[in-house]
Amino acid sequence: MAMFKDVLETVRMIEKERLDIRTITMGISLLDCIDSSGAKSRQKIYEKITRLAENLVKEGERIENELGIPIVNKRISVTPIALIAGSSDDLNYVEYAKILDAAAATVGINFIGGFSALVPKGFTKGDRILIDSIPEALATTNCVCSSVNLGSSKAGINMDAVKRLGEVIKETAYLTRDADSIGCAKFVAFANAVEDNPFMAGAFHGVGEAESVLNVGVSGPGVVKRALEKAQDASFGEMAEIIKKTAFKITRAGHLVGTTVAERLNVPFGILDLSLAPTPEVGDSVARILEEMGLEHCGTHGTTAALAMLNDAVKKGGIMASTSVGGFSGAFIPVSEDEGMIEAVECGALTFDKLEAMTSVCSVGIDMVAIPGDTPASTISGILADEAAIGVINNKTTGVRIIPVYGKDVGDTAEFGGLLGRAPIMPVNKNDCSVFVNRGGQIPAPIHSFKN
Amino acid sequence: MRAVVTVIGKDRTGIIYNVSKILAENDVNIEDISQTVMHDFFTMIMLVDMTNMSVDFNVLKSALEKAGETIGMSIRIQHEDLFNAMHTI
Repeated sequence: MAMFKDVLETVRMIEKERLDIRTITMGISLLDCIDSSGAKSRQKIYEKITRLAENLVKEGERIENELGIPIVNKRISVTPIALIAGSSDDLNYVEYAKILDAAAATVGINFIGGFSALVPKGFTKGDRILIDSIPEALATTNCVCSSVNLGSSKAGINMDAVKRLGEVIKETAYLTRDADSIGCAKFVAFANAVEDNPFMAGAFHGVGEAESVLNVGVSGPGVVKRALEKAQDASFGEMAEIIKKTAFKITRAGHLVGTTVAERLNVPFGILDLSLAPTPEVGDSVARILEEMGLEHCGTHGTTAALAMLNDAVKKGGIMASTSVGGFSGAFIPVSEDEGMIEAVECGALTFDKLEAMTSVCSVGIDMVAIPGDTPASTISGILADEAAIGVINNKTTGVRIIPVYGKDVGDTAEFGGLLGRAPIMPVNKNDCSVFVNRGGQIPAPIHSFKN
Repeated sequence: MRAVVTVIGKDRTGIIYNVSKILAENDVNIEDISQTVMHDFFTMIMLVDMTNMSVDFNVLKSALEKAGETIGMSIRIQHEDLFNAMHTI
């Protein structure tokens, strides 16, 4: 039996510090659903997802009950639809999004990811059609999430994709204008996208993955913050040690849940993504961890260093705890989903430029940031290009999930509700970058030596 | 299969009686008990064996939670695996 204090520590983490399993995400390959007839392909997709994931929610809830640890989301990721739909004669892939939505509703999950295209070096016919279909797909479905990988350290950055996606994000914002442009919250533009990420909106099931796997995303910013609260005078080395130990425990809980669910569903366990993913609830914030280290507000000088240390220590603790660590594994900094980030933006401590700097040292990137609705598409493309450049040059994943909230401006707030939270509209640089964005072509792959 | 029962709340009479009664009624064997009272705050942890349990785990869990509400305590039951995973290397 674990020691008395260990049992109490676990109970406290769950009850008071919001330790939870953020998501169990079943990855499903749809490669065998390819058909020259779009209708037949979609029928196969629906049949396969509902068959393989039939018991996902039921088993998830059962394990949640037995172990007494909440599993907040049950989700599915599928093979990028551009690869599946490309062989059909369809000229629009919205129907594919609708069938994913229908399958998600049938099995009772809240998000399905994989309405995606991988275009770091160029477009296929299917990629182009899929990208053109994104605005309508996100506006007419509830659970479908979309992503596009537009650059990689090996291929460089597809600037034609960057340009087009700026327009796609604007169109999506317009089509979902009645709900604060929420469609954009379901779309991520990646550089160096990972193929086994369980977190939305960027989850998809890579082509190198098995037929079906069970991935797990663990969270627990509240647990890390509480652990640091108890060590007010700790040096950086001591803080890193505390974070590592905490990350270790959280990861072990996630590993247990993941392997147990996988076993019961009779699918292989894929990866465990240990990411500190905040929620808008008080006590579940990454920004507050950084502030606990001694920053008045997240966003002030020192924030990038604090985040770098946090991210690194989380990875080290997690890697020790599970042999199957994958996905992003680090700290997320979505503004609208983090109560501390929201406050930091509202009080002027956290700016867009600082967020960009922070993305160079943590998982993912500019995430759930609301900007004025009249921001030009070219400016959004400029943001995508900057973020992709950080990822491509530094050999890391970066993403952009940005919402140009239609009809709103700086001083307003966008309300997304639930886990997506609320976002104060942040100002962006108003100087024009359209000539740069309109050049077209490819930013060449970076050199991988002479790193200075 | 073993589980850990955690009982936390303000101290009062009959806590162990109320919890162990439910366990006995459902053929769950208590293997170990630790408890402490600090400033009227009662904390008890029981390790129980569910091999011969006569009901479904969820039924036992609900019964314990209901008893907790009646006596004003928080009573949880969780599989032992979680604690072993988190606290042993």
